[in-house]
Amino acid sequence: MSKVRVLVGTRKGAFILESDGKRENWEVSGPHFAGWEVYHMKGSPADPDRLYASQTSSWSGQVIQRSSDGGKTWETPGGGPGKSPQGWPIGESNKFVYDTSEKTGKPLTTHQFYDGTQHPWEFKRVWHLEPSLSDPDTVYAGVEDAALFRSTDGAASWQELSGLRGHGTGPYWQPGAGGMCLHTIILDPSDPGRIYIAISAAGAFRTDDGGITWKPINRGLRSQFLPDQDAEIGHCVHHVAMNPSRPGVLFMQKHWDVMRSDNAGDSWHEVSGNLPTDFGFVIDVHAHEPETVYVVPIKSDGEHYPPDGKLRVYRSRTGGNEWEALTNGLPQQNCYVNVLRDAMAVDTLDSCGVYFGTTGGQVYASSDAGDNWSPIVRDLPAVLSVEVQMLP
Amino acid sequence: MIRVVLPPHLRTLAKVSGEVTLEVEGRVTQRSVLDAIEAQYPMLCGTIRDHVTKQRRPFLRFFACEEDLSHESPDAALPDAVASGAEPFLIVGAIAGG
Repeated sequence: MSKVRVLVGTRKGAFILESDGKRENWEVSGPHFAGWEVYHMKGSPADPDRLYASQTSSWSGQVIQRSSDGGKTWETPGGGPGKSPQGWPIGESNKFVYDTSEKTGKPLTTHQFYDGTQHPWEFKRVWHLEPSLSDPDTVYAGVEDAALFRSTDGAASWQELSGLRGHGTGPYWQPGAGGMCLHTIILDPSDPGRIYIAISAAGAFRTDDGGITWKPINRGLRSQFLPDQDAEIGHCVHHVAMNPSRPGVLFMQKHWDVMRSDNAGDSWHEVSGNLPTDFGFVIDVHAHEPETVYVVPIKSDGEHYPPDGKLRVYRSRTGGNEWEALTNGLPQQNCYVNVLRDAMAVDTLDSCGVYFGTTGGQVYASSDAGDNWSPIVRDLPAVLSVEVQMLP
Repeated sequence: MIRVVLPPHLRTLAKVSGEVTLEVEGRVTQRSVLDAIEAQYPMLCGTIRDHVTKQRRPFLRFFACEEDLSHESPDAALPDAVASGAEPFLIVGAIAGG
């Protein structure tokens, strides 16, 4: 029977939880990188022992960690003696330098700042690491200020895929309350050239040529905070999810509104239906049922907690519009936690497991597609991200 | 021999405990000390000063001999007591949040 490994990033370190396929008893290791924010941690689909972690702090900036033994030991790739022309070691795994204009050498573009003025890009942190589907040494990083980087040497060095920022809409991108972050990276398993990304607050974008050229894919999105509510750029997309068996169908949790696209993002339509509120952060899709979708409704953009103090996952088995509340095992009174955008994941066991973490430090799991839940840990620091790996 | 005290999180990252000691050739300045730290502990590149601009990260301070040297020129000579190893060069995390 397969084993399950859950990778949890928190405000004060990372934790790794492992169980057999029954998913009843969990071993917890950590904190790894104690005291640091771990925005995201993810394993390579091509080699489950290869993990990448984004470790960051306001004091010491960004660190990228890599494990080749499933998280037992970690290293900062790019170090080691005698690699520079001077014979000095090189530490470049945390060096994210934005491309400049080839013609002028000046910044490629500027973006809109909170006060409406134009502002140069400034690197702050890595929000999301997405390992390649086929090569353990290739990994993508979504960063703040929003850009996409790629490493092909196991995170030892990074190069920007600057066609994303350079295609012309950069001046209309603006930071959301959490910063101007590229938080979602989805690799299309059926087409190596196709990548989807999403940015708060710019919207969703797609490349069909491996990251050289990009186009906005926001038709159908409407945002009340924009002067032109259905503008091509400026939407605060919170997360996007895809079932790998049907890569052209995307589900989106926007700032407000749950959206669906059936044509690889070329157009979207709203599927919020009977949700108690369509504000939220996470969204994910069942591993085996591509029309089964999960969200965690949050009261509003001003009140980041569940409505009525009841933590409820909502599941649609119809690809949206018709939603049912899943409450068994979840607190139904006095619960005021949030579930952040990268903090939900599914496993691929026959009975699909669903996992999510809260800002209250709980990680809840369901081994029956959401019908019943239980906390597999409950007193961690605030959870920033949850990912799941299947192990042989 | 130069003595340097790193903040706790960077000691963990560099896998050291207590003070670190460095050999610095030529003038002992903030820049030459930080160059030597990054050479000896490459995992600290980018965590004390920016990779490209070499600007000190805003929440870190440089102290020595009971003085705040954070705003001194990176090429100014550090106090003789630091250059001789009598006093350590302190890299300190500012009190900001927790």
